Amino acid sequence: MKTNFLKSMPANLLAILISLVMFVPIYLLFVNSLKDEVQSRAMGVEFPTSIHLENYLTVIEQGKLGTAFVNSLLYATGATILVVFFSTTTAFVLSRNRSSLNRFLYFFITLGIAMPINYVTLTKVMQATHLINTVAGLIILYAATKIPFGVFLIYAFIESIPKEIDEAAIIDGCGPFTLFSTIIFPLLTPAWVTTAILSFLDFWSEFILPLYFLQSSAKWPMTLAVYNFFGMFEHKWNLVSADIVLTILPVVVVYLLGQRYIISGMTSGAVKG
Amino acid sequence: MYSLFMVIPGLLGFYLSFTDWNRYSSEINFIGFQNFALIFSKQNYWDSISNTIIFTVVTIVLKTVIALMLALLLSKGVKRFFNFYRVVIYLPAIIPMIVVGIVFRSILHPATGVLNEFLRGIGLDFLTQQWLTNPDLALYSVIGVDTWKGIGYIMAIMIAGLQVIPTEYYEAAQLDGANSWDEFWHITLPLLMPTLTVTTMLNLLYGLKVFDVVWVLTNGGPGYATETVYTVVFKEFSKGRYGVSTALSTLLFVVMSICGYWLLKTMHAKELEA
Repeated sequence: MKTNFLKSMPANLLAILISLVMFVPIYLLFVNSLKDEVQSRAMGVEFPTSIHLENYLTVIEQGKLGTAFVNSLLYATGATILVVFFSTTTAFVLSRNRSSLNRFLYFFITLGIAMPINYVTLTKVMQATHLINTVAGLIILYAATKIPFGVFLIYAFIESIPKEIDEAAIIDGCGPFTLFSTIIFPLLTPAWVTTAILSFLDFWSEFILPLYFLQSSAKWPMTLAVYNFFGMFEHKWNLVSADIVLTILPVVVVYLLGQRYIISGMTSGAVKG
Repeated sequence: MYSLFMVIPGLLGFYLSFTDWNRYSSEINFIGFQNFALIFSKQNYWDSISNTIIFTVVTIVLKTVIALMLALLLSKGVKRFFNFYRVVIYLPAIIPMIVVGIVFRSILHPATGVLNEFLRGIGLDFLTQQWLTNPDLALYSVIGVDTWKGIGYIMAIMIAGLQVIPTEYYEAAQLDGANSWDEFWHITLPLLMPTLTVTTMLNLLYGLKVFDVVWVLTNGGPGYATETVYTVVFKEFSKGRYGVSTALSTLLFVVMSICGYWLLKTMHAKELEA
């Protein structure tokens, strides 16, 4: 046991070193968010000489973080619900009813995982549908970008649910809707939770779509608010850090709680065991 | 819904890229290949295309090599705390790029940034650089930051890929007297090839549409040194020159559709095998 540990010492040291490199920026943010303006100017690694929790209050007031937080939460949650609903239903139909049309549809939808969005022409569609610069528009847009991934992930999972379960339920008098909502959906829980967490994290980080499609600052999510705040207070690193800490706090918490789902979900699409 | 927001704009792009569509007139006229001619004739468009290609190729190489080393380190070298390391190294992947960019603007600051301070501190003054304002270096600094953020994700995929390689192969190789270098070249690498194909494709698709890391770190500057296709698309878009902007997006759309189709074919093919 002891020799084993000694043998893996170099590897462990290296791993610790790399972990440090990955962690330093986050550490920097945290310590600097507690400093006063002068001490935080260089955004250095040293500990704060005095703790300034009031930075957080200043940021919440001046950075309009309250509204931005609510916006982000609204967009991310709304879009996540849409993604889960449409992905599970679509994947269920496409997986159980394999006509050649449905096979094509599945391929066509999953192609969307790789496709770029043509933002410029998308504005035309958004104008035509009167969704530009609206909350609903952005939520629908977010959802549309993640549904292909959701369908892909859940489709593979549905295949592992035996068809006999459907048949038994139908014999017992289940209609297609009750079959889905009371039997299939609960069985899909691991798959849709993964989809939901991954979508939520991505929506929280989304920057480009609101940059193109939201003009009024009252509707901005956290990412745009932080970017804008950084532009205004570029030299007050203590405030910028506090602002950023508040922005990433929710995703870090979600990540730490759901990291098993996240890592397995992110990789299950790419590697089939 | 997906059709409405992703497919229609894509197709619409083919038509509108041949027009003089802009913010200042309500008429849209057909002007043939003029937009494309403009793209291929002006230096800054060319720069954006070549920068995007450099960015994509270099990030693919860096991410693949470093992530592979990390994946091997974590799955073969480290016995305990495996999950702890994986969680920490993956962490940057979930942080919004915009935030990562802002933090690195301070870290890479030439006078006060932590990176230059560190280099001075260990006596390597000659390595200190104007990371983001030197036109020859800026693109590579952006690449470095992007690699820092993206590495954990690629590593996690590779770890998953390594875990499905049956251990019997390694046991047999050890009986035959193979050293760890032989094991890597003759077992790990060939069996990991499908995984490497997928990560390469993911990096490729990501690299071609890179936007936010560039936007927040350098805004395309200094000059056009770090301009990429999507930053130019956005700048043209904000100037109201929708036609050119669309043409450029459409070029990218075509290239990425081909790559995307190929990626999906590989992934579906693997599904059949499994």
